[in-house]
Amino acid sequence: MGAHFSWNLVDDLRQLFEFPFMVNAFRAGTIVAVVAGVIGWFMVVRRQAFAGHTLAVVGFPGAAGAVWLGVSASWGFFGFCLGAALLIAALRPEGDERYGEESAGIGVVQAFALAAGFLFISLYRGFLNGINSLLFGSFLGITNEQVLVLLIVGVAALAALGAVARPLLFASVDPDVAAARGVRVRALSVLFLVLLGLTVAEVSQITGTLLVFALLVMPAATAQQLTARPAWSVAITVAIGLAVTWLGLAVAYFTPYPIGFFVTTFAFAAYLAATVARNGWRRPWRFKRARTLAT
Amino acid sequence: MSKQPHPDAIVSRGAAVRLGGRVVWEHLDVTIGAGDFVALLGPNGAGKSTFVNAALGLVPLSAGTLTVLGAAPGERNGDIGYLPQRRSFDAGLRVRGVDVVRLGLDGDKWGLPWPGRTRQAETHRRVDEVINLVGAGAYADRPVGEVSGGEQQRILIAQALVRRPALLLLDEPLDSLDLPNQASVAALVSRICEGEGVTVVMVAHDVNPILPYLNHVMYLGRGGAVCGPPTAVITSETLTRLFDTPIEVLHASDGRLVVVGQPEPPAYHVDRHEH
Repeated sequence: MGAHFSWNLVDDLRQLFEFPFMVNAFRAGTIVAVVAGVIGWFMVVRRQAFAGHTLAVVGFPGAAGAVWLGVSASWGFFGFCLGAALLIAALRPEGDERYGEESAGIGVVQAFALAAGFLFISLYRGFLNGINSLLFGSFLGITNEQVLVLLIVGVAALAALGAVARPLLFASVDPDVAAARGVRVRALSVLFLVLLGLTVAEVSQITGTLLVFALLVMPAATAQQLTARPAWSVAITVAIGLAVTWLGLAVAYFTPYPIGFFVTTFAFAAYLAATVARNGWRRPWRFKRARTLAT
Repeated sequence: MSKQPHPDAIVSRGAAVRLGGRVVWEHLDVTIGAGDFVALLGPNGAGKSTFVNAALGLVPLSAGTLTVLGAAPGERNGDIGYLPQRRSFDAGLRVRGVDVVRLGLDGDKWGLPWPGRTRQAETHRRVDEVINLVGAGAYADRPVGEVSGGEQQRILIAQALVRRPALLLLDEPLDSLDLPNQASVAALVSRICEGEGVTVVMVAHDVNPILPYLNHVMYLGRGGAVCGPPTAVITSETLTRLFDTPIEVLHASDGRLVVVGQPEPPAYHVDRHEH
């Protein structure tokens, strides 16, 4: 394509939005960054990054299996992500709602899902070209219909999350007291996993199963380094998610390298910068010791 | 105010709880008066936390009756401040102490806390008030995972107090604190009990840090429970009768009580050697 980066930023922007596929990439990227950021914020507070990673990973065998069976990959993404979310919820030990201590059960689900993915790929030999787009996404062929579906799913997920945001935070931070106050801790935990599964299934059809996890965990982890105020933290998460996605799309447009690499790298740089801003350049053990003395 | 006069905060008559086929305690006849500061004592496995959970309606009775604030357990949990056992926040949890207290006030309500309403100002005022009451003002804006165990305990007591409860159920709040912090948290709870007119039931492993402040102790054992003033309950005769095994209460010269020969169910072995 004829994209040339120049120091004339107005011209660069004009080039960036010259083609409809880039406009749709920006639309989809914006929706994805906001939804993944907000859901990811709760995921990080709840210490469920491993569950989130597993849900992202199971999209791959789901889609591969769907393609092998000759149906739309969407069915595979939704079926497997939702199924895995319910399986993780069911495998969680009774009465243990704290910080997602269900890691062994999740690991089992993830290992089996990956093995199933490899089987589906070898069963469907002609499929090999599609692996790249399953793992690394296909930002550059998004139709208007896909953007619309993404928007509807995104708004629905955020509305559901907004309706339960406060009791969900209570149940995440302080499950025992929340339960004594009548909060349905267990039901909220299942609901959150299902929301996470649905979001991951929808988002990873655009971003691929690897980038979706980056967008879930990185902006939220960065924002939580910067502030401990929940409302600010969510706002900063969304801002970082949008910034790295837009920047990644723009840089990828002018270079021959993939979008996912740039988005993830910018997010990683933001995380490093936030960690240094919070802790300074002091070595970790010195920081820890200073804190112990202070208390 | 929710501190309307109930003659008694907790009354049980012949109460029993079974968990997984095992009788945790039975024949429980205790009365905890309004405004009392009561220590709930007993060996490991005696069912101290189970009593707290039964009072909250989280564990059903298998026999007898239990009345909490004049109603069935669980019906008036809005008037109960609860501090569960062995709670410490993950060091990486990036939520402020003030947010934890705030969740105790309105965390069970649906939706988002929209800013700008008059209720918001009221909420902030109450949260600030209760944080000052427990003396947590200096660190309530720091991430709760980063403050010390004693400071976390004060934040949690503020959270339990924020709805102006009539009854505080504190499950081992002094556990894992060092001695100076045990003493200051005990003094704080006593001050709240008197100043705010709140009934306090505190599960304790060691009675000594709270001994100066207590009105009553409730000692859970195999034969039910004994309830009464500390000087009447923590004696060799009463505890020997309760556990049906020789138990001796020693008075140290600094006023501390030491209970020797306390059975540790289910092993039920006696530490004391009979020579």
